[in-house]
Amino acid sequence: MKIALSIPCFIDQFYPQVGIAAVELLEKLNIDFEVPKNQTCCGQPMANSGYEDEAKKTYHHFIDLFKDYDKTVMISGSCTHHVQHNYTNIEQTKDVKNVRNNIEDISQFLLEHYIDEIGPVHFPHRIALHTGCHSLRGQRFGTSSELVTEKKTGLEGMLKHVTGVEVVPLSRPNECCGFGGTFSVVHEAISIKMGRDKLNDVQDKKIEYLISNDMSCLMHLEGIIKKENRNIKVAHILELLNGSIK
Amino acid sequence: MRGSIKDNSELFLKNEERANWHDKALWFVREKRDLAAKSVPEWEQLREKASAVKMHTLSNLDRYLIEFEENAIKNGVKVHWAKDGKEHNRIIEEILQSHQVKKVVKSKSMLTEECHLNPHLESKGIEVIDTDLGERIIQLRKEPPSHIVMPAIHIKKEEVSELFHEKWNTEKGNNDPVYLTYQARLSLRKDFLTADAAITGVNFAVAETGEVVVCTNEGNADMGTHIAPLQIHSMGIEKLIPKREHLGIFTRMLARSATGQHITVYTSHFRKPKKGEEMHIVLVDNKRSERISREKYWTSLKCIRCGACMNTCPIYRRSGGHSYDATIPGPIGSILAPNIDTEKYSDLPFASTLCGSCSDVCPVKINIHEQLFFWRQDIGRSNVLPKSKKISMKIMAGVLGNPAVYKMFGKMMRISLKLLPSFVFENKLNTWAKNRKMMEAPKESFQEWYQKRKK
Repeated sequence: MKIALSIPCFIDQFYPQVGIAAVELLEKLNIDFEVPKNQTCCGQPMANSGYEDEAKKTYHHFIDLFKDYDKTVMISGSCTHHVQHNYTNIEQTKDVKNVRNNIEDISQFLLEHYIDEIGPVHFPHRIALHTGCHSLRGQRFGTSSELVTEKKTGLEGMLKHVTGVEVVPLSRPNECCGFGGTFSVVHEAISIKMGRDKLNDVQDKKIEYLISNDMSCLMHLEGIIKKENRNIKVAHILELLNGSIK
Repeated sequence: MRGSIKDNSELFLKNEERANWHDKALWFVREKRDLAAKSVPEWEQLREKASAVKMHTLSNLDRYLIEFEENAIKNGVKVHWAKDGKEHNRIIEEILQSHQVKKVVKSKSMLTEECHLNPHLESKGIEVIDTDLGERIIQLRKEPPSHIVMPAIHIKKEEVSELFHEKWNTEKGNNDPVYLTYQARLSLRKDFLTADAAITGVNFAVAETGEVVVCTNEGNADMGTHIAPLQIHSMGIEKLIPKREHLGIFTRMLARSATGQHITVYTSHFRKPKKGEEMHIVLVDNKRSERISREKYWTSLKCIRCGACMNTCPIYRRSGGHSYDATIPGPIGSILAPNIDTEKYSDLPFASTLCGSCSDVCPVKINIHEQLFFWRQDIGRSNVLPKSKKISMKIMAGVLGNPAVYKMFGKMMRISLKLLPSFVFENKLNTWAKNRKMMEAPKESFQEWYQKRKK
């Protein structure tokens, strides 16, 4: 199986350590993969703003990079969701269908196939988990609190071989962090309020690390943490599993 | 002029204590809903069924409407058809005038809000008393509802106490909810006894029997229609269900979704007029039939107005219903309003993180967050958004669609973040950094690291 690793633009530019953790983890697991050159973005920022037609060129570029792979493993549930659900305004060629059907968020990919080969990792800290909304409700990575179904394990399942860790449940399971892409700027006041409410809960519970499978949620929350000098650290689940949290 | 949800919500959030109170009150209802839903093991099957019944009915609405009308007429009911809100108001006015009605008691109806019935009747000299407690409170305050099930959820009991003191001379400073409710009861009792007509909304209409079903907690629809000689029921044409046997699917979910109750206190079936009196049903289109033809949006007509999407919505809870400045606020309102006037309500579909909680909580499985995304695209294409937005999107598309430009742009950005003083980025022009620190620039991008390492 030919596997490609897909890097979201914001991880490429601002959080390379998350991409590095992904590469190191995949190598430790002896997974054969490639990182196609010239990656940019999935196009979500334009479509999110109501301009999906402006994103067409970006969509085509994305498809071109990943069309020859059997699986595209993406380091973001939200970008994965965008490719899966919203690449509808371009012609649905064989290549487009292939990429849309075979893209998967790396967390889900690892949980499904490799979780018993990861670790053990020792992480003696109080942590809270935050699953990105698009992973949760778009890919059913875990079970959203609205549904009356059997609980599927998601992010928490990834800690199977992590020792010493204490997972503290948040008061409002899977309430959105307030990022929402361009929402974070267009509706800045609500976005910040949502972020602060989540961080207040984290702080009240004396949690040291907020761990997520979506770096975009953490980018927004970390911005608030640093601005307000809050004593909370954030990290991507891949960094935790790779043992590379500094 | 309509205020934008952006400006309105910013104002709402200025009073943080109140915003927190509002958020918590609604989250409490969401938690009650969770408990109630979880008491029904087949909840997800019920949602599936409810959605299927609604889709079927909407797909055959012409047939079911005729069946409903025929059966209602057989029951002795007078049926009227209204193309839009204006016609609805005119029909009701004519019915009332022909009975020399001076005073109407009304139970909760979002449709009459949508049609602006109250101001119309008042302009014709007819007194309208809203009899649902929450509705009565906001009517006295001359405000629209901020929520479709709990219209006065934005008001504190202390404010209700002040209002009642001012209007009805109740005891000043008595904030006891039992006392206040009793005072409202005394006042409303007089209205019930002196009204010439009663108007209600409709939760469900059964085609097979020609009856309408009204769900309330206060029994005000019953008291109004039982006492007043004339009764009128206003309903949107999407309220139909084919048979009585389908009703249970919806009544099991409506109250659980809305307030976390197992069922509303009253589920009243109105089938025929009282002896010697008249019963009217007004069927209102007001662009609903147009919406059925819209492939991406027609399923929004499945909505049973439970309000669960509002209670769960992190944006609604932190903005308040009035911030939407639309008849129906919240996630469902944001996909309904653009159907009525796309340009006027073009800001609403953007007031969402697309987290999808609304779609998962919806008892009839409307894909609300997906429709929000579709509306964004239709609005983007319709040129109603500011030109500057389109230009910035074109620039962004130019950067992200071209790897060489992307690399150069990324590098420039990271270098400037490192070298330039922070005020260059953290200023008024950069909304991102108003309340957030800018991201720290790493010395190399992931792709730079990866290419170097490979060599």
